[in-house]
Amino acid sequence: MKKIKSFPLLLGISLFVVLIVSVLIKLEILNEYVAQILSFAGINVIIALSLNLISGFTGQLALGHAGFMAIGAYAAAISVMQFNMPIFVGILIGGVVTSLFGLIIGFPTLRLRGDYLAIVTLAFGEIIRVILVNLDKLTGGAAGLKGIPYFVSAAAIESDPAVITWVPVLNFACITLTMLLILALSHNLLTSSYGRAIISVREDEVASGSMGVGSFQYKMIAFCLSAFIAGVGGGLYAFLFNYLNPTDFNFLRSVDFLIIVVFGGMGSLTGTLVAGYLLTYLQEALRFLQDYRLVIYPVLLIIMMIFRPGGIMGSKELSIVRLVRTGSLKKALQRETAADREEQA
Amino acid sequence: MSTVLHANKISIEFGGLKAVSDFSLNLESGELVGLIGPNGAGKTTVFNMLTGVYLPTSGDITLEGKSLLKKQPHVINHYGIARTFQNIRLFKEMTVLENVLISYHAHVGYNFVSGLLHLPSFKSREKEMRKNALELLSIFHIEGKQDELAKNMPYGEQRKLEIVRALATKPKVLLLDEPAAGMNPQETHDLMNLIRFIRDTFKLTILLIEHDMSLVMGICERILVLDYGQTIASGTPDQISKNPMVIKAYLGEEADFSA
Amino acid sequence: MLLQQLINGFTLGFIYALIALGYTMVYGIVRLINFAHGDMLMIGAYTGYFILNALGATPSSLVLSLVVSMMVCAVIGVALERICYKPLRTAPRINILIVAIGASLVIENGGRILPFMGPNPRQYPQLAGSVNQLDVMGQQVIISQQDIIVIVVSIVMMAGLGYIVKFTKIGKAMRAVSHDTRAASLMGINVDRIISFTFAIGSAMAAVAGVLFASKYPQVQTYMGILPGLKAFVAAVLGGIGSIPGAMIGGIILGITEILSKAYISSKMADAVVFGILVLILMVRPTGIMGKSLKEKV
Repeated sequence: MKKIKSFPLLLGISLFVVLIVSVLIKLEILNEYVAQILSFAGINVIIALSLNLISGFTGQLALGHAGFMAIGAYAAAISVMQFNMPIFVGILIGGVVTSLFGLIIGFPTLRLRGDYLAIVTLAFGEIIRVILVNLDKLTGGAAGLKGIPYFVSAAAIESDPAVITWVPVLNFACITLTMLLILALSHNLLTSSYGRAIISVREDEVASGSMGVGSFQYKMIAFCLSAFIAGVGGGLYAFLFNYLNPTDFNFLRSVDFLIIVVFGGMGSLTGTLVAGYLLTYLQEALRFLQDYRLVIYPVLLIIMMIFRPGGIMGSKELSIVRLVRTGSLKKALQRETAADREEQA
Repeated sequence: MSTVLHANKISIEFGGLKAVSDFSLNLESGELVGLIGPNGAGKTTVFNMLTGVYLPTSGDITLEGKSLLKKQPHVINHYGIARTFQNIRLFKEMTVLENVLISYHAHVGYNFVSGLLHLPSFKSREKEMRKNALELLSIFHIEGKQDELAKNMPYGEQRKLEIVRALATKPKVLLLDEPAAGMNPQETHDLMNLIRFIRDTFKLTILLIEHDMSLVMGICERILVLDYGQTIASGTPDQISKNPMVIKAYLGEEADFSA
Repeated sequence: MLLQQLINGFTLGFIYALIALGYTMVYGIVRLINFAHGDMLMIGAYTGYFILNALGATPSSLVLSLVVSMMVCAVIGVALERICYKPLRTAPRINILIVAIGASLVIENGGRILPFMGPNPRQYPQLAGSVNQLDVMGQQVIISQQDIIVIVVSIVMMAGLGYIVKFTKIGKAMRAVSHDTRAASLMGINVDRIISFTFAIGSAMAAVAGVLFASKYPQVQTYMGILPGLKAFVAAVLGGIGSIPGAMIGGIILGITEILSKAYISSKMADAVVFGILVLILMVRPTGIMGKSLKEKV
C-alpha cells in the first residue's frame, strides 16, 4: 500500500472535521450554545498553546497570559472599530502589539535566571487591567467596550439579514482554522533547529550556552512569539463575544490557561489541544458546582503536579498520522522517531 | 606550530577566596594537554573561565589572538571552543540525535521562516545535519541509539555523547572534563584511542582534566598540575611523574604513576 | 503634607516589610517564591476578626488576636510546606511554583465556600481610640492609634526575628541551611525541621501583618492577601531576595513610594508605579539593595 504523505493527510482530516462541524452548526443540529463553547475552546487552545511554548518548551513560567490576551483583544477591537481596519488585519495588529509588550517585559527579565519572569508577568497582568480601566476614552473603561463587530462586517449584515444566521458557523470556522494553523506552525517550529535550540534552553541553560545557543536570544524569541499568539487569541475572543471588560482578564484567567497546559502536559502540543477542549467543556458542565469549582480546579492542579507532573500526555505527542496508519493508539502516542523526521524532511 | 588558546595569569575569587590564581596556559595547535590536580584544586573552574561561564577577576584569555573576556559562553563556542561537563549535562529529555543536532544550530543554514514553514532549504539541511550527526555517533559506537532519550543511556555512553555533542559544534579547541570518569579500564583504554583519533581526524587541540592517571600519562604530550588554585608543575608526563611537588600534592590520593 | 504622607508611607511600609520577611526567608532556604504567602495575611486577618468580634475590640483582645493568629498561620504554613512543597523538593522548579499558585487559589477560594468566611467582605472591628494631632513645624500631622500600633508591633516583631536569626541556635541553623543546604545537612542539621521552622516564622509574621493591615484598612475578604502579597514580593526583590535586612528596607521604601505616588502622581496608577519599580530594579540591579548574586555551580 502506498503511504500517503503526512501533510496532505493531516490537512485533509482537519478540513474535513471543520467542515462537518460547520455544517452541523448551520443545520442547527449543534445549537448556538454548543457552537459558542466549541469556538471558545478553540481560543483557549490557542492561548494555552502560546503559554506552553514559553512555559512548557522554553521552561520559563509566565503568569500573565490573560494580560497578553487583553492587549490583543483591545488592540484588535479598537483598530477595527476606530480605524476601520479589516477584521483579519485587526487580529494581526493585536498580535503585533502584544508581542511588542512581550519584548518590553522580556528584555529586563529573561536575562535573569530564576523565577523572575513568573512574578513580573503576574504583575504585568495586574497593571494592564488598571491601565485598561483608566484609558476609558479608548477602551470604555470599567464599563467595558461594547459594539465590537462579528467576524462579518456590519455592512454585509445590513445588505442581507440572512448573513446573521452564518455568524455561529463563521465564529467556529475562523477560530478553529486559526487554531489549527497555529498548531501546525508551532509543530513545525519545534521540530526545526530553532525549536530544538529553544527546548535545549529549558533542558540545561549552561550546556546549551556552551553548545553555541544563546539562551537569552531564544528565550526572547519564544516569549515574543508566545505573546504574539496570545494576542491573536485575544483578538479572536473580541470578535467572538463582541464585548470586552477589563475584569475578564484577571489572574484567574491566566491560571485557567496554566491548568490546560499542565493538564495536557508541559511540552506537548497535542496534549494542550486535547486538554483545551476537555477542560473548556468541563468548565461549562461543572457550572452547577458554583464556587466549589474554584477550589476543585486548583486542587486538581496540585494533585496533578505531585502525582503526575507530566500531565495526561507528558511531553509525548499524539500523532494522528500514525493513528490513521497503524490504527493503534499506543503507537500513535510514541515519540517521533528519526524515520518520521526523515519523512517530514 | 602556532598558539591557539592562550590564558595569561587568570585568577578568580569567590567571596574573597581565591579559587584559581595566576593560571597561565599556552595551547599550541594540535596539542593534547592534560590538566591534573587533587580534588578542589580549581581545574573545572579553569574550564569555566575559558568557556565564559565565569568571568576571571583578573588576567586575559585569547583564542587565536581574539580576547574572550566578557564574552558570552555561546559566543566563545562560536569562536571555536567546545567542552564537556564533569557532572554530565546532557539535554536529558531530548533524544540522542537531538542532543547532537543542537550543536549544529550555529551552522544551521536555513532561516527562521524556512524552519517555520518547512521549506525545501529546511528539508535538505535537516537531512544533511542528520547524516553528519549519525556519522559522528558511529565514530563513538553509539549509532543505532539515536532515538533513545539521553537520560536513558548508560553512564559511559552519556559521557561519550557529551564528547560527540561538543565535537559537533566544530571546535578548534576541545575541553574534556573527566571524560573517563566512571569507566572501567577497558573502556578507558578505548576512550584513549578515540580521543587521539578525533584529535588527528578533526585537527583539534585538546585540553583534558582527568583523574585516571593511566589515561593522562598515556595520551597527553604535556601536563599541567594544579593545587590549591596554583600551577605547581608543568612538563612532559615523564617529568611530572618525577616531580617531588606533584608527588607531595598527590600523597593523600595514592596516585598511581606507574602506568 | 509631605510629612503626613511619609508617616502613612512608613506605616504601610512596615506592613509590607513584615510580609516580605516571610518571602525572603523561605526563598533563602528553599529557593521558592511562595505564592501562598500573601494568603497567610488573609488567614491572620480573619483569625483576628473572629477573636475581636467575639471578645470586643479592646487592647487586650488585640494582643490575644495577634498571638492566636500567629499560631494559626504558623501551623497552616508548616502544613502547606509538608503537604504541597515537600513531595516536590527535587522536582523542577516550575512544578513547585505551579503547586504554590494552586495552593494559593485553594486557600482563597476555599475561604469563599467556607460558611463562616464566605465571599462577601466584612467590616473589621476597630479599637475605639483617639486620633492624635501633632504640631510639627507649624504643620498639622495626624497619627492615628492604628498607625502607632502598626509601627510599635512591627518593630517588636522585627527585633524578635532579628534576635532569633542572629543569636539562637535554630537561627544559626537557618542561616547555615540558607547558605548551603547540603553542607548543613552533612553537619548534622535537620534540614526538614529548619524548613518547617522557617515556614512557621514566615507565616506568623504574615499573620501579624494581616491583623495590622486589617485594623488600618478595616475590611476583610478572602482575596485581600493577593495584592499586598505581590507588593511585598516586590519589596523583597527590591531589598535583595534572601536578605532579611533587605526585606525590611525594601518594604519601607515600597510603602513610602506607594503612598507618595498615590498623593502626587495618581491614586489609580499607584499600583502600576509599584510594579514599574520591580521592572526597573530587575534591569538595573537584579540582586536588589542588599542581595548577593548567587552563582550556579557548573
